[in-house]
Amino acid sequence: MKGPIFSGAIILAGMFIFLKFLLPLVTAPLPASLIYLYLALVLSGIMIYGTMSAPSLEAMMGPIFRFLSGKGQTGAGQIARLAVLVMFPLLVGWQTYSRLVPSDLPPAENRTIHPAPPGEFVGLSNPYPKTPENIMMGKGLYAAYCSPCHGANYDGKGPAAPGFNPPPANFSDPGTIAQLQEAYLFWRIKKGGVGLPVEGMPWKSAMPRWEEELPEEFIWKIIMGEYDGAHQSPRTWEEEEE
Amino acid sequence: MTSAGQLRHATVVQGKNRMPGLLKLGSFLALLFLPALAMAAGGAEVQAMSVEYRDVPGIGSRNLVWVVAQQHLLLAGFVLGVPIFAWICELVGWKTKEPRYDKLAKEFTKLLTSAYATTALFGGILLFLLIGLYPKLMAYLTDMFFPSFLVYCLLFLLETATLYMYWYGWDYMQGNKKTFHLFLGFLLNLFALGIMIVPNSWATFQASPVVVGEGDAWARAWMAMQNPTWWPVNIHRLIANVVLGGFIVGAYAGVRYLLAVSREEREHYDWMGYVGNFIGVFGMLPLPFAGYWLMREVYQYNQQMGITLMGGFLAWLFILQAMLIGVLFLGANYYFWMGITHRIPGSEGQYKKPVMGMLIVLLLCLGVWMTPHSLVASLAEAQKMGGTHHPLLGVFGVMSAKMTVSNIMILVTFMSFIMYWRAGKQETAGWAKAAKAIMGGLLVIAGIAVVVLGVWGYFVPAIIRINYFSVAQVLIVLFIMITFTPLTALLMKSAKTTTEMVWGKMPIRAGYSLVLNAVMVILLMSLMGYARSSSRVHWHIYGVMRDTSDYAYSPALGYAAAFMSLNTFVFCLIVAFIFWVATLGDKAKAQPPKGSTVEIPGNAAPAMAGGAPSLGEKFE
Repeated sequence: MKGPIFSGAIILAGMFIFLKFLLPLVTAPLPASLIYLYLALVLSGIMIYGTMSAPSLEAMMGPIFRFLSGKGQTGAGQIARLAVLVMFPLLVGWQTYSRLVPSDLPPAENRTIHPAPPGEFVGLSNPYPKTPENIMMGKGLYAAYCSPCHGANYDGKGPAAPGFNPPPANFSDPGTIAQLQEAYLFWRIKKGGVGLPVEGMPWKSAMPRWEEELPEEFIWKIIMGEYDGAHQSPRTWEEEEE
Repeated sequence: MTSAGQLRHATVVQGKNRMPGLLKLGSFLALLFLPALAMAAGGAEVQAMSVEYRDVPGIGSRNLVWVVAQQHLLLAGFVLGVPIFAWICELVGWKTKEPRYDKLAKEFTKLLTSAYATTALFGGILLFLLIGLYPKLMAYLTDMFFPSFLVYCLLFLLETATLYMYWYGWDYMQGNKKTFHLFLGFLLNLFALGIMIVPNSWATFQASPVVVGEGDAWARAWMAMQNPTWWPVNIHRLIANVVLGGFIVGAYAGVRYLLAVSREEREHYDWMGYVGNFIGVFGMLPLPFAGYWLMREVYQYNQQMGITLMGGFLAWLFILQAMLIGVLFLGANYYFWMGITHRIPGSEGQYKKPVMGMLIVLLLCLGVWMTPHSLVASLAEAQKMGGTHHPLLGVFGVMSAKMTVSNIMILVTFMSFIMYWRAGKQETAGWAKAAKAIMGGLLVIAGIAVVVLGVWGYFVPAIIRINYFSVAQVLIVLFIMITFTPLTALLMKSAKTTTEMVWGKMPIRAGYSLVLNAVMVILLMSLMGYARSSSRVHWHIYGVMRDTSDYAYSPALGYAAAFMSLNTFVFCLIVAFIFWVATLGDKAKAQPPKGSTVEIPGNAAPAMAGGAPSLGEKFE
């Protein structure tokens, strides 16, 4: 068997196997939403390429149209067509049923990890100078209060981390604190998980409300230590002067 | 409508849409009742302050304003974008002495008169709704911006007069009067620009208000106009209007092509579709840069607003945006590639491999652009991933990756166009080989540089990435466009045509792809209009005037998406109506006299019916 339909099917199947089974060998499994997204892209690519010219369109869609129209079909071909025409609506029906049937599983989440901070925390800047002493003090406070969850290497892999789902933030990842301003961290540390706004639902954060235990000075210095230890820089609108 | 407790507060009043409404009332009041208005100001203020909101039963005041404002905004984009398109076409026709460009420009200017009236009609409805439903807000904005209302009225009068002269004087101002007609077209666009930027300041003031100091009314209005997001929005909307104009022209041509019965019609509308698509793509290439600048300014103005948009509640809209832009890029490229294979006979085999390469790059880029930072995952999937942030693919979720792939997609689309330009021609210049080698080398270097800067962006402070790396990526892509275009033009000047381009041979799916592109642009404008408006959350004027109405909450994204779809659908209907009305006269002229017979050429049949043998869409 060959031709664009066969090649397309092979590419799609290959991509599915890669995303679903091979990629998880080296990293975490992908959620179904992402796999479908990528497969939809691949399918659209196959369709675009296959319908570019009249001959390629005929090569790709011609057999499908002929098969579905049933013209001149006999024997196995006719049975196959009938099977497809019966199975396809059943498949759609099954898919619809499985989507609508009541389930005890929670729905898929589109959690907002970085909700907007309350107005009173916007525009704050770290009032303490970035001196080696302050950074050192911040790192010490971090080691005492934060590293059990966020890890001594700032990678979210502290000894208590396995107990949490979702896991504690990995500060060395450029997608976390490097994307945020210091004021944002100040808010999150100070108010903790219970201080998350409505937008941050379903409020899956076990972060303590540190304002009850730490003075603001400590929090600002911890932030300094966190950035330095994770080798990241806070988002600013002015370049730092050395 | 979802529960207020679950959602963030916001208003969905489309600020920009207020302009044409204000233009109506402004011109009317300013010219007729200005003295009376000044004298009655005190009383009006008292009355306006007594009622803060009114509601409309059933649909609700916010939803009604949302729909009317969005229709008005889209129509305004159309009536501001089409004159740019028409003027460029007229200019090209004048320079190249090709009458078909002039004909095209005239055909679209004709649409403007009815579209202009419809836009104004929606503006008037919007203004009445805003005054009636949001009297307190309107009183505040009037107090702040009244002098600019007068300027707006003046601009609107000038625009209207210029449009009439431009349209009704078209046939008269030919020959040696053509340059004056072109000047009128320039003025038309200049006034249109003013009509756009003045009301933009009202809308952007709502999002990013500035402290307005002492001074007379004119000085205060001028201070308020110069708010941080004013010019980013102006530039973004100006470019977006060109894109909208181009793709709507493309869609019109696509539909007319599908309905064409004669060879001449097919040729004409095929060519028109090409021009529309070209101008749409031409505008689309710098649009992401303008959008990036706007978002940067928003983020810099207020961290809270920036996070709400880019990382918070509204961040999912940017994933939808990526999908829509992706379809637009694919659709535009698909049209270019089909143009090569169908309009240039025998070229299919020659361009198969480059097309496949470009398609693969586009899809890879799109995959990265569409990958969210936080993934939608079931509980079990999230447990396996260790959260909703994938350890490997999560890196695609940040701006460094998005900027890189958008630049690469722009490069690929530009190269599609260059490939189309060069198809069917053979360079004869002695230096052609060297020039092509240099261009190839530059393209590879540019691609590598964009990717390297993108990857490097993960390892530097955000401000370095934003101020230098992202800007450098944009400049690299612009450099390629600015150097390749004249170089290719020079090469083509002396090139020998090996295969003549044949118009009217595009398959029916080309027509549909043109319509799809237009729908995508309209959806995008509806989507991002909602994002911009919702980013103010529970403020009418951010940080200054709070929304205290019953609708002071953000609708769920699904609910908002339904309204965006409704708005897109309604706008398409309105545009279809405008086109239909504007072409009624043509149809009457084309009708043969009663009793006469018309001979239809052998290969002429409506393409939509699939009956045109030359369109080659048979499967039997």
